[in-house]
Amino acid sequence: MPGLEDLYREVILDHYRNPRNRGELEVPPALLAEGFNPLCGDEVKVYVQLDGDTVTDVRISGQGCSISQSSASMMTTAVIGRTVVEARDTLRSFKQMMSIHEHGLDRHESPQDGSPEVPSGLGDLEALRGVVKFPVRIKCATLGWNTFDQALAEAHP
Amino acid sequence: MTLDVAAVKADFPLLGREVHGTPIVYLDSGATSQKPQAVLDAMNRYYETINANVHRGAYHIAELATTASEDARRSIGRFIGATDEHEVVFTKNATEAINLVAHAWGRANLTEGDVVLLSLLEHHANIVPWHQLAKERGIEVRWIPLTDDGCLDLDDLDRLLQDVKLVAVTAVSNVTGAIPPVRRLADAAHAVGALCLVDGSQYVPHLATDVADLGCDFLAFTGHKMCGPTGIGMLWGRRELLDAMPPFLGGGEMILDVRQDGFTPNEVPWRFEAGTPPIAEMIGIGAAVDYLEGLDMEAIRKHEVSLTNYALRTLDDRFGDDLLIHGPTDTAHRGGILSMCLREIHAHDLSQVLDQHGVCVRAGHHCAKPLMRELGVTSTSRASLYLYNDESDVDALGYALEEAARFFDF
Ligand SMILES: Cc1ncc(COP(=O)(O)O)c(C=O)c1O
Repeated sequence: MPGLEDLYREVILDHYRNPRNRGELEVPPALLAEGFNPLCGDEVKVYVQLDGDTVTDVRISGQGCSISQSSASMMTTAVIGRTVVEARDTLRSFKQMMSIHEHGLDRHESPQDGSPEVPSGLGDLEALRGVVKFPVRIKCATLGWNTFDQALAEAHP
Repeated sequence: MTLDVAAVKADFPLLGREVHGTPIVYLDSGATSQKPQAVLDAMNRYYETINANVHRGAYHIAELATTASEDARRSIGRFIGATDEHEVVFTKNATEAINLVAHAWGRANLTEGDVVLLSLLEHHANIVPWHQLAKERGIEVRWIPLTDDGCLDLDDLDRLLQDVKLVAVTAVSNVTGAIPPVRRLADAAHAVGALCLVDGSQYVPHLATDVADLGCDFLAFTGHKMCGPTGIGMLWGRRELLDAMPPFLGGGEMILDVRQDGFTPNEVPWRFEAGTPPIAEMIGIGAAVDYLEGLDMEAIRKHEVSLTNYALRTLDDRFGDDLLIHGPTDTAHRGGILSMCLREIHAHDLSQVLDQHGVCVRAGHHCAKPLMRELGVTSTSRASLYLYNDESDVDALGYALEEAARFFDF
């Protein structure tokens, strides 16, 4: 049985207590998208500032649980300063990590048994890997990311 | 009669199981109740001994199935004080029952400029069908506001009732447990020539129900919250209203005759029950109300009031201002529903920790977003009590909440 410590890793609680890059940006020039989690009523706003192809700033506002808030906070630190292509790569890796449960919930704990490769290079974000053991929380973890993706789609369809 | 809760608990097989290595503490009956053995047995007995389609075959078991399912209609009618069992229409759930009224009665009777008056306590099931009709017909959806303590603010009721054709209100809030004065609203509606629909989803399972006392014209409720199976709901309506209403869905069962150029609808209530009905579920909900009646609804309400008082008192002792419980504090005007916010801990996180201790509560907006906005929250953790809960369940909740406060510790 997965325990609470699988879900609430220290890095996650840190980002929840001290969220990075909270706030708003002026729209325009910034892009804005709003995301909803219909299950719990959480709402998140993601502001994205682009300079050409580079994500120069991201700000998060809205309310959510520790998982959605910390995931969005970690996302900001992972994508600020990256190009749009790089940011989308990270997004894809992250969502791949979040969909591992579809291949079998507990198998990724022992990679030698032939389970799919866990995407690496996600840094702190890998702390969120435990979320896949709590399937109803996956939507929380991906809320900020999907909203970020929507904002990007305005400028780079 | 007083309720022997230990004996009641033993009637519900699921309550004997464990989760995460501890006995389950089921506090989510507001979402769906557990089912007693008697209901499971009745449904199994149908499938094992008399499974046949109803109103069709002239053979023995088909007659037994028809009788058993129609007996269930009679039990439901008796349970809510209906004088005529044909006033009970079976639907899929409360949501479909309200949609039935919106489609069949609403489409035939509401035109542009008419007003449907809702309260801010409503579940989406009693909001969205009216929004849909507003879009289609140009009717207005108007709202009864709330007082600071979460009751209906009826100071301006006369003005609110202008041009109103239907007052549609819940009898118990599924978020705060608030019990609004339904009788007063029904009388006020009738005084201006309007009708009154009551959403009894959280009322009928918990309080002795008499449609004449409620004074309403329609009552919608749902089987799975009252010890019955999923897939069955009920609409009670006054006979002359149902008789005048056109059908809802079309197909078999709901017709007297079908010709190349049209059809003649069946009588009430079958007119509103197109297709093969959920026969096992009808039999199951019949067994559920027999079970509840056997225990006595007054005794169940008394038990829930005293348990709710116990919960409000002991949780306040443990947490004081750290734990906010929404809704009225006087249990004479509330059901056993406790929507909680513990400090700044998000409802999702709170219920996750509770789950580790086997405590099942609901986290989220409870399908009542207009109310949540009024309360100024996006989500709460909701514990809801029923006949099989006891003080040990409330104590387990208190303990698990303390563990959550310790875990998040800020
Ligand atoms: C007050 C209220 N109305 C309506 C409903 C809808 O019930 P159902 O989903 O069974 O149609 C619910 C339950 O979720 C409820 O609590």
